[in-house]
Amino acid sequence: MTDSVTSFPVEQGGQGSPASQEPVLRFQNVSIAFDGPPVLEDVSFSVAPDETRILLGPAGVGKSVLLKLANGLLRPDAGSIHLFGEEISRVRERDLFNLRTRTGFVFQEGALFDSLTVRDNVAYQLIQERVLDDEIDTRVREALRFVGLEETFRFFPSALSGGMRRRVAIARALIHNPDLLLYDSPTGGLDPITSTTIIELIVKQRDVYRTPSMLVTHRLQDAFTMCTHHFDSNEGRMVPLPDNQIDQKTTFLMLDEGHLIFDGSLHDLVNSENNFVREFLE
Amino acid sequence: MALGKIEATAKGIVLTVQDYSLFAYRGAVNLFRPPIYWTDFLVQADIIGVGSTSIVLLAGFFTGCVLALQSAATLAQFGATAVTGRFVSASMIRELGPVLTGIMVSGRNASSMASELGSMVVTEQIDAMRALGVDPMRKLVTPRIYSCVTMLFFLTIVANFFGILGGGAVTVFMNHQNGTQYFHMAYQYIRFPDIMQGLVKPLFSGFIIASIGCFYGLRTTGGTQGVGRSTIQAVVVSSVLIIFVDFLLTQVMLTIFGS
Repeated sequence: MTDSVTSFPVEQGGQGSPASQEPVLRFQNVSIAFDGPPVLEDVSFSVAPDETRILLGPAGVGKSVLLKLANGLLRPDAGSIHLFGEEISRVRERDLFNLRTRTGFVFQEGALFDSLTVRDNVAYQLIQERVLDDEIDTRVREALRFVGLEETFRFFPSALSGGMRRRVAIARALIHNPDLLLYDSPTGGLDPITSTTIIELIVKQRDVYRTPSMLVTHRLQDAFTMCTHHFDSNEGRMVPLPDNQIDQKTTFLMLDEGHLIFDGSLHDLVNSENNFVREFLE
Repeated sequence: MALGKIEATAKGIVLTVQDYSLFAYRGAVNLFRPPIYWTDFLVQADIIGVGSTSIVLLAGFFTGCVLALQSAATLAQFGATAVTGRFVSASMIRELGPVLTGIMVSGRNASSMASELGSMVVTEQIDAMRALGVDPMRKLVTPRIYSCVTMLFFLTIVANFFGILGGGAVTVFMNHQNGTQYFHMAYQYIRFPDIMQGLVKPLFSGFIIASIGCFYGLRTTGGTQGVGRSTIQAVVVSSVLIIFVDFLLTQVMLTIFGS
């Protein structure tokens, strides 16, 4: 699945991106360090259209850094990152803004603007683009309906629970119909029921709109749920795939100490011989 | 070891000055390239200008009062209490009005800018803004800089006016002197260079307040404690810079216009 050879041994699974399809996101030998040892070292992988990639790894291993690199919020020290076919690691900040509008980013704690209402948060991009108020209201209500929070239209983020804020953040990421979704630990710190609600939304987005996405998490149950369930539009809820099937378009990456140590499907993951992977799964 | 620390500190200072210079330049030139967020200019003008009016007005008034009290006592020794008005107006317009207004607005707005933007940094709101395709420099910094420059100009005029008024109140009601004489002297001896000095300084102070406040706010690291640290740095650095730049400008103005 990785397009280039890396110096660090990455366990490759059997699933691969179709060769004919240009990946929406491609990391090639990416490294980054802050004041200390490298946070990410020689990381290479890609995200194909229609694909959902789940990035696993323990806390503090560089998962959020990787996600921020993906849309240019951080710059790598070495390697290249292609987003929608454009090399972004050496592009000027002001040239990145248009490209970023094609991505949707859901931050770890939601990162809602606390001085704006839910309506203005969700409509942030549309307001900057000077879309008419009536159209904004319609699209915001539609996005909020998607996440089941239409009643919070006029609320401020401080009036929302942690789970509701994440759902509003998802609505904000979706309103512009992005070509790539980046979820940074969307269920981190939430109770199991709320986590399932969030995962159901992500699965709904995946199965209804088929937007390629990348999801960072350290919660295995969320990752497995995404693989083993799909969104049933008739029932209006997430249901298990029949006959123990797994979603073939949902694949895994795993980071350990800044290195990408696994890249493959759920089947490859559970059968991995890598000690760290096995330990993580147990 | 000690030399190493000195070297690291010196490098840190040079790096900060370089970062600030680039930051201030970008903040300033953004006005000439779209997109320009005019609504944010008005919002900031309201927060900085209208919001600071009361403290600037009171500070100006009481400074004028103190000036009249102190000067009258001294001038009385030379039998020159008649020039109290001239003394108060010249002091307020040339020096105290611009500097005091700058310091007051710095305490109020450099701190609020640093803490507001710092909180946005630590809660990832700045990253969220960038991820949504909006440049925080254009959206947050440029409107604050130009609003602060504009509003500080007018706030200084307000401070000067109320300072002279305060001096007049003390002259008439406490020193029991002639009010007409006070205001006549206050007006009669004000020259164009005095006005120039008084109105050029707030343009620089306004720029310093907003650019320093935003600079330290956006450099915040270390959570809520970091926000507090940024706020302190913003107020301290902007206040010191205002006085330092005031000194430089006074020297330049005196060289150009004479005393």
